Amino acid sequence: METEALGWWGIPLAVIAGTLRGSAPFLFVSLGECLTEKSGKINLGLEGSLLMGAMSAYAISFLTQNTAGSVVAPWLGVLVAGFAGLALGGIHAFLAQQPRVNDVAVGIAMIIFGSGMAFYLGKPFIQPAAPRLPAFELGNWSSSPAIQAALKLSPLLLLGILLAFVMHWFFRSTRWGLFVRAVGDNPDAARAMGISVPKVRALCIMAGSFLAAVGGAYLSLYYPGSWTERISSGQGLMAVALVIFAKWNPLQCLLAAFLFGGAQAIGPALQSVGVQSNYYLWNAAPYVLTLGIMILTSSPRRTLAGMPGALGTGK
Amino acid sequence: MATTSSAVSRSVPLRWRSSLEPILLPFGALLASLLIFGLFCAMAGANPFAVYGSIYRAAFGSWFSWQNTLQRAAPLMLTSLCTILPARMGLVIIGNEGALVMGGVAAVAMGLWAGSLAPPVVVFLMALAGMVAGGLWIMVVGALRHYRGVNETISSLLMNHIAIALMNHWVGGPLRDPSFLSKPSSFAIDEANMLGRLWGTRIHFGLVYGIVACLVAYVLIQHTTLGFSVRIIGGNPKVARMVGIAVGKLTLLITFLAGSCAGLAGMVEVAAVHGRANESLTVGYGYSGVLVAFVARQNPAAAVAMAILLGGILASGSILQRSHNLPDATVLVFQGIVFLLILYSESLYGRFDFFRDREPSEPA
Repeated sequence: METEALGWWGIPLAVIAGTLRGSAPFLFVSLGECLTEKSGKINLGLEGSLLMGAMSAYAISFLTQNTAGSVVAPWLGVLVAGFAGLALGGIHAFLAQQPRVNDVAVGIAMIIFGSGMAFYLGKPFIQPAAPRLPAFELGNWSSSPAIQAALKLSPLLLLGILLAFVMHWFFRSTRWGLFVRAVGDNPDAARAMGISVPKVRALCIMAGSFLAAVGGAYLSLYYPGSWTERISSGQGLMAVALVIFAKWNPLQCLLAAFLFGGAQAIGPALQSVGVQSNYYLWNAAPYVLTLGIMILTSSPRRTLAGMPGALGTGK
Repeated sequence: MATTSSAVSRSVPLRWRSSLEPILLPFGALLASLLIFGLFCAMAGANPFAVYGSIYRAAFGSWFSWQNTLQRAAPLMLTSLCTILPARMGLVIIGNEGALVMGGVAAVAMGLWAGSLAPPVVVFLMALAGMVAGGLWIMVVGALRHYRGVNETISSLLMNHIAIALMNHWVGGPLRDPSFLSKPSSFAIDEANMLGRLWGTRIHFGLVYGIVACLVAYVLIQHTTLGFSVRIIGGNPKVARMVGIAVGKLTLLITFLAGSCAGLAGMVEVAAVHGRANESLTVGYGYSGVLVAFVARQNPAAAVAMAILLGGILASGSILQRSHNLPDATVLVFQGIVFLLILYSESLYGRFDFFRDREPSEPA
């Protein structure tokens, strides 16, 4: 392993590298979930969108590599992945807004349906190699391969960081952002303002699912960079918890994504310097962290800070 | 005479119509999902009617396939209770897979530790260990919900992943059988301590556990004061507190019982099918149990029938692959379609005039 030369210093470096590589999917799903929940509905099914996105991005990149070229093909894949997520989001938006239908239950069903569709359609694409997304190599000044690997940045990650700022501005300073917040906090008041609550929610749910699918595209086309049925390590499932931790604030989603990406990187980083013991336990680190954060931030008496008023009320 | 009989024939069906609604709507949703699934198969180039036929033959076509189906239905009945019982008090818990895994590992550990005792005692201890482990696992979810206000759906989902990581840790370390090479596995429990089969069949005793557990749960929820209190909490927690129901204690009790059912499913899988704990425990009985719970509309008695139905669908997975060249994920897609349509059918209650109860138009 290249980190061996650095000895124990390899661990923090490998964690930083792992964080930069592994945070983007967390970032995209949590931004997607944030947008969805701001409008007052929960989408637990983003795991399905993520898997569908990972599969369709890889499939499109593989299928169009000869016609579109190996530079354009992966980006085409990202776009198509987003629209696949949009379609799944459309199903969720329709069902979750029916009377007496619980949005949490629809989310569970969408996990099963979305992952089923992804595995079904993705079967032929498990073996072949598709062109992947490029990276910005910022570490070429260093002769150490570990540092070079750590400073490889995906344009998709930069796009996600930019998106967090844009979304923050959108909620705070735009007319449409106000509509979304009004629908999520007080649907009755929003209705009185003349806003169509179902339309705003449908748009938010679909756009949120689009983003989650782009997060999936990152998994299959950048890191780990291939399509398998085990490609997701539950990023879509953790999105809901991430958003609670981020207090429904897109900029804090960014911090949460880096924290979780870092937690996920600890196990492989330890393994890379030869620490094999408790490897499986370190794999559970992001889940334990999520649960711990939820225990600390929740309270039986008051509602959570920053939570949209209509969330979980069925209104 | 003729007039009274015609009045009866008109009025009785009218009174029954409202009780038909909770039967006909899910049934209609199942039929609709079969139709959509058929279209899906047609798009994949398979003849939908041939696919239906294959599913039927693989699931219920012969005594052989019935045995196969019932084998799979047993853990589904038990895991569905892990969602059903808390659902009756308004909690959406989907930690079935995690509780099953914890139950399975605990059962193996007990079976190895107490393996030299008389087989019936060992089986009893393994079942007890599985139930306590699964029960405590889900009781944590209930306690976090009650004392800290932690969302039970998300915490139980996270705990599934933590349970699987713990199992991998244990079967890769302290419990590992180095002579078993295909995948990291625990040592095997003694052949003599495995669950027996039902009279001359391949069906193991887990089926009895499943049916008994569902019937006990049904009586508990529908016909005891405890179940009545649980249903009041499910209807309105504030009212429940006002009339003096101990919401906290009941939350802990119900989540423990729920988890112990899923834990028992893990014990059944270990002691009747695999003989050891490894990855094979996580084939999705937990998540399918969630589906059974929702399709049965959180009714433990209906869960028996729905578990058999879903067990049949799961049993037909390999046939679809072999005879129709459909990937094994086809079954997952089918489950997803059923789940979505069942949820949609919830919104149709009260929409059809047909199901309205009406007073007989003419006094008899």
